[in-house]
Amino acid sequence: MIKTTTSKVRLLAAIASLAMLGAVTSTLHADTNAPAAAAPAAAAPAAAPTPYPANTNAFSSASLTNQVAFLEAAHSNSDPTPTGITYESDPGHNAWMMVSAAFVLMMTLPGLALFYGGLVRSKNILSIIAMCFGITALVSLLWWAFGYSLVFGTNFTPSTGPTPLGYIFGGTEFFFFKGITSVPNNNYAFWVSQNVYAIFQLTFAIITPALIFGATAERLKFSAVMAFVLGWMFIVYFPLAHMVWGATGYMNGVWNAAAKIPAIDFAGGTVVHMSSGWTALILCLILGKRVGHGKEPMPPHSLVLTFIGTALLWVGWYGFNAGSAVAADVVAANAFTTTTLATAIGALTWPLLEWIFKGKPSVLGFCSGAVAGLVVITPACGFVNSTGAVIIGVVAGVVPFIMCTVVKNIFKYDDALDTFGVHGIGGTCGAILTGLLVDPTVNGNLQAVSAGTPANAAMQNGLITAITNHTLVVAQAQAAGITIALAVVGTLILGFIVKLVIGLRPSVEAEHQGLDITDHGEEGYNH
Amino acid sequence: MKKIEAIIKPFKLEEVKDALSELGIEGMTVTEVKGFGRQKGHTEIYRGSEYTVDFLPKIKIEIVVADGALEGAVAAIVKTAKTGKIGDGKVFVLPVENATRIRTDETGDKAV
Repeated sequence: MIKTTTSKVRLLAAIASLAMLGAVTSTLHADTNAPAAAAPAAAAPAAAPTPYPANTNAFSSASLTNQVAFLEAAHSNSDPTPTGITYESDPGHNAWMMVSAAFVLMMTLPGLALFYGGLVRSKNILSIIAMCFGITALVSLLWWAFGYSLVFGTNFTPSTGPTPLGYIFGGTEFFFFKGITSVPNNNYAFWVSQNVYAIFQLTFAIITPALIFGATAERLKFSAVMAFVLGWMFIVYFPLAHMVWGATGYMNGVWNAAAKIPAIDFAGGTVVHMSSGWTALILCLILGKRVGHGKEPMPPHSLVLTFIGTALLWVGWYGFNAGSAVAADVVAANAFTTTTLATAIGALTWPLLEWIFKGKPSVLGFCSGAVAGLVVITPACGFVNSTGAVIIGVVAGVVPFIMCTVVKNIFKYDDALDTFGVHGIGGTCGAILTGLLVDPTVNGNLQAVSAGTPANAAMQNGLITAITNHTLVVAQAQAAGITIALAVVGTLILGFIVKLVIGLRPSVEAEHQGLDITDHGEEGYNH
Repeated sequence: MKKIEAIIKPFKLEEVKDALSELGIEGMTVTEVKGFGRQKGHTEIYRGSEYTVDFLPKIKIEIVVADGALEGAVAAIVKTAKTGKIGDGKVFVLPVENATRIRTDETGDKAV
């Protein structure tokens, strides 16, 4: 007992010292920048709110041609720097991204918490909610301190050219959100404030680890969940997100001219779904089956909660997918459309298969098909057209269905809530299908720029050649392979470390009683 | 005095209650119960997991009546609870030694 208390105190102390370190670093940073920032700060009126565009002087002193070009750049989400007008952000694009960020947070709290929560037995509902809430809080801290910078920073890549470290991690320049203001970071968006972008990306970093623990539901200690996430973010998520989405990432075909693998992943087929899904498989194998698995019935305690969670996930996913355009532009509009179609078709296909092979279409079948559709369209949504989305919806209804109803029963692993079957396999299908169904006409980043202008990243790293030659699927398979390798190896190492140090499973008695009481000291339902 | 314990299908409860009221039976105790007899349960499928649910929901009615009212009460229950299909339930009759109405201290037939 004393030991537990001490370790908890240590944890709190660590969090507090982390926060203080952040404060100190920010102060230092402000001091370093003081001379440079002094001149414009003195010239500008300090208190008065500045009207849009933020720097009115620069705007009003520009030529009419440049003013029009500037506004048109905001309108079309293109680069305004040639106009020479300094600016902060665009209200329209920012508004959509703030809404998107809130939507994606809603996917975890309460979307995923209810979706998973309804599927467990009533004695474990709070363990699911606590897991989602705990991860949200912990990952927010990690993201502020190190995560955003390790994913979206660039200072590990020197101007002399890419390095192995710079391919895998971003940099240190944004540690403790240093220098993150409402001014956009042009590496990722011309018109969206970097602080909004950072929070939008945080919501992805939150839901990804939360997905894992569907596979391990009802038999993994809360302390083990938190410890695992703490390591997993650094070993798997941050490097993977940087490789796929970082401006200097190893397999960022869209933005990194020096990418070694010109793969594309619009909203997280590899980063979010494959990483969590494959991790889930390995972790549930390390963990073992639930007590009584295969012998006693373990039906979902409330499919009504699962239905509500599914509906919240679907709505929230518009922020996830269409928001991943990082603008309210034509690409977002396409992603919005493809997301709807694939989800609806997935939700049609899965229960249809149940009706044919099991006799009845179930509500859980509708929910599973919708989530599978959302998962599989995720990497593709900004790169395929509506026909591609319908094909993806059908595949999403068929392949995860077979995984969850046939393959799982053959191999008898206890993927309790089918995280591997839906997210691991669905995400892998999505990564591959994106390569097969890509349509460059729906996304300007996949098109060669006109002659005379500098080549874009996709021309330099071979993405456009791959699309033209119909070989993109090779790059997609390579990216999928790296993702699986990273998730599997990372989880094997981390899983056994956590097992050795604090243990993964509650006692058999605690598992019988339910984790709500043994881990959290409360019950979900008091009748 | 006899106690009648009847296990019936839940949707028949209202009809049984009305029939017993017409006979002048003024009280009963009703419990939601689960069990099985010759009627089979059903199968529930959640993705890849199939569970056979053996215990079906039923209603248990408990009434204590004077000996003279017994035959009519049992007949009323059997008549109204019958659908003719398997799973209609059963009626049990047990002897009761005594009864006391708590409010008035009345005992025996006066108390039921």
